[in-house]
Amino acid sequence: MKYFAKTALVIATSCAATMLATDALADTVLTVATVNNGQMIQMQKLTPEFEKANPGIKIKWVTLPETQLRQNLTQDIANKSGLYDIMTIGMYNTPIWAKRGWLSPINTSGKYDVKDLIPSIRQGLSYKDKLYGAPFYGESSMVMYRKDLVEKAGMKITDRDKWTHIEKVAKAINDPKKGIYGICLRGKAGWGANVALVTTIVNSFGGRWFDMKWHPQIDTPEWKKAVTFYVNMLRKYGPPGATSDNFNQDLALFEQGKCGIWVDATIAASFVSNPTESKVADKVAFAQAPYEVTKKGSNWLWSWALAIPVTSKHQADAQKFVRWATSKGYIKLVAKHYGWASVPTGTRESTYANPNFQKAAVFAKAEFTAIKSANPDDSTLKPVPYKGVQFVSIPEFQSIGTITGQMISAALAGKMSVDQALENAQKIAERQMRASGYY
Amino acid sequence: MTLTQQKKLKTVLIGSLAWIIALVLFFPIFWMFLTSFKTEAQAIAFPPELFFKPTLENFAIVQERSDYLYHAMNSVVISFGATIIALIIAIPAAYSMAFFPGKRTKDILLWMLSTKMLPSVGVLVPIYLLSRDYGLLDTRTGLIIIFTLMNLPIIVWMLFSYFKDLPKEILEAARMDGATPWTEVTQVVMPLSVGGIISTGLLSIILCWNEAFWSINLTATNAAPLTAMIASYSSPEGLFWAKLSAASTLACAPIIIFGWFCQKQLVQGLTFGAVK
Repeated sequence: MKYFAKTALVIATSCAATMLATDALADTVLTVATVNNGQMIQMQKLTPEFEKANPGIKIKWVTLPETQLRQNLTQDIANKSGLYDIMTIGMYNTPIWAKRGWLSPINTSGKYDVKDLIPSIRQGLSYKDKLYGAPFYGESSMVMYRKDLVEKAGMKITDRDKWTHIEKVAKAINDPKKGIYGICLRGKAGWGANVALVTTIVNSFGGRWFDMKWHPQIDTPEWKKAVTFYVNMLRKYGPPGATSDNFNQDLALFEQGKCGIWVDATIAASFVSNPTESKVADKVAFAQAPYEVTKKGSNWLWSWALAIPVTSKHQADAQKFVRWATSKGYIKLVAKHYGWASVPTGTRESTYANPNFQKAAVFAKAEFTAIKSANPDDSTLKPVPYKGVQFVSIPEFQSIGTITGQMISAALAGKMSVDQALENAQKIAERQMRASGYY
Repeated sequence: MTLTQQKKLKTVLIGSLAWIIALVLFFPIFWMFLTSFKTEAQAIAFPPELFFKPTLENFAIVQERSDYLYHAMNSVVISFGATIIALIIAIPAAYSMAFFPGKRTKDILLWMLSTKMLPSVGVLVPIYLLSRDYGLLDTRTGLIIIFTLMNLPIIVWMLFSYFKDLPKEILEAARMDGATPWTEVTQVVMPLSVGGIISTGLLSIILCWNEAFWSINLTATNAAPLTAMIASYSSPEGLFWAKLSAASTLACAPIIIFGWFCQKQLVQGLTFGAVK
């Protein structure tokens, strides 16, 4: 028995010693939280290149659905848990979190070439002129349409058409008996879902979320006109069950040849023009987003960026990785492995100036024009106290936007009138703003 | 129609109904399995394609992107760990309530069950903060503790109903022979209700294996089980149904096979006492 006890003690001591020794020699492990987008997956696959160039640093990935990612990151950063070293965050969170002191500024010195970043994207990810999120990819919104159907109907779609014209074209090509719907738009409730698109429509109809004293404006005539227009058009010429359609559902419909027109993120252009997954790849054309009263704020601006929480214990190494993944060199690396059509877009001007990219991506020009034209500092006809095109850069917007989205979705489903929906949203927004001490 | 014919008809009708219910319940799993062998374009095709050239591409992608075995090992350790600890706590608790009921035993049982009615999200923040303070975030130990507490009410309830059905005379006889409470539980109660304990354990393992809320909220890289791996295949922009189905098929496979082998015990245990 004594012999066994001694042997066990020796084994346990050896194990502990080995573990301690291994710990001492261990690499720095950076945990990166991200979403499951094509470009992010490429980044994961190319990470060994970074690890090879930076011995002693290992990267671990946590990939989550978008909503869950936001929740987990907010929990982590607000409670200072320090689970993540690098976070994939959007243009909405970056300035808010930077203001609270939760993020470390990105080191943009030396070869990083910060001036090459598209100005509107750089501006959206900065706080007090410091970059807090390094853009990994960016997007705006634009019109994608079936040129064969539009031509057959004897109609035309051009850059910056009016929404009322888009509705006429949708009516002309709508043929539900043949399984073709005039227009597909986001109908699913959520501040990042239907509200993103509806806000651009409201902006272009002359509306705004808040006046200069932070009073909600959701029940104003501009909102009523814009939302009534959206609801009527989607009900008449949209697919059935539009209240559950978001980007992916509309993408599937469009790629199957079921939509005549689709107004959504510019990133969709790379999918719908890809013949391996889209049945209509050779029939797609692009145009700048429509407007009605003003062109201001009629196309959104979004970017997924890599940010470093102040709680990360590996600040210097995290900076190294972020600089690598958002550099010009990284874009070239992606082009080398996957081709120029697959590089992360919407971040650097040099990408769009590259002739190889221009040749490979048929949507390059339309996408660049859309991203450049979006201005988060001037997106409404009337003055506003906030920043953002399809969102308002205040923490309260997440809940106000989601509730408004639910109301609009209910109006689309015919459960309540548009007036009723907007009045409800207005009341809730007023209560929220008052509770937060805005007035 | 004779009585025998009526009986036969009844059997056929009940059998058909059971088959229909079983097929309806099984259909989503079958569809997920089928989709996992499709390309992304085939996965979204409308009308849906039943006959197609199958591909293993999605499984290859999942294998390449995720460390399946690591996540599966986390699932096994967490599910079995939580179940064993829960059984160790629940057996004496159910024994005392079944054989030495007090005035408030029923109230205690009801109160225990009522904790299951609380939505998990309601206690997310306090549990997150406690996990952070005790260094349990992203650890298997943290999830084992949460899952143990989560399943304990159901396990106590199930064991209580099995133990209650044991004849009290056997326990009295054991006491007459000088059995202590410990020997009573280990030598008499447990051997007599082994079927019930196994089926309770199996149910607990399945519940732990399928749990996603706490797994996704409290883990990152080290303790993430298979449910967290599945979540990583949902994409906000881009088609992912086929890959998600492949990841789900891989995650479900071990527990389905496990359940298949243990179905006799599971059915026996779940129907035990059902006619009381």
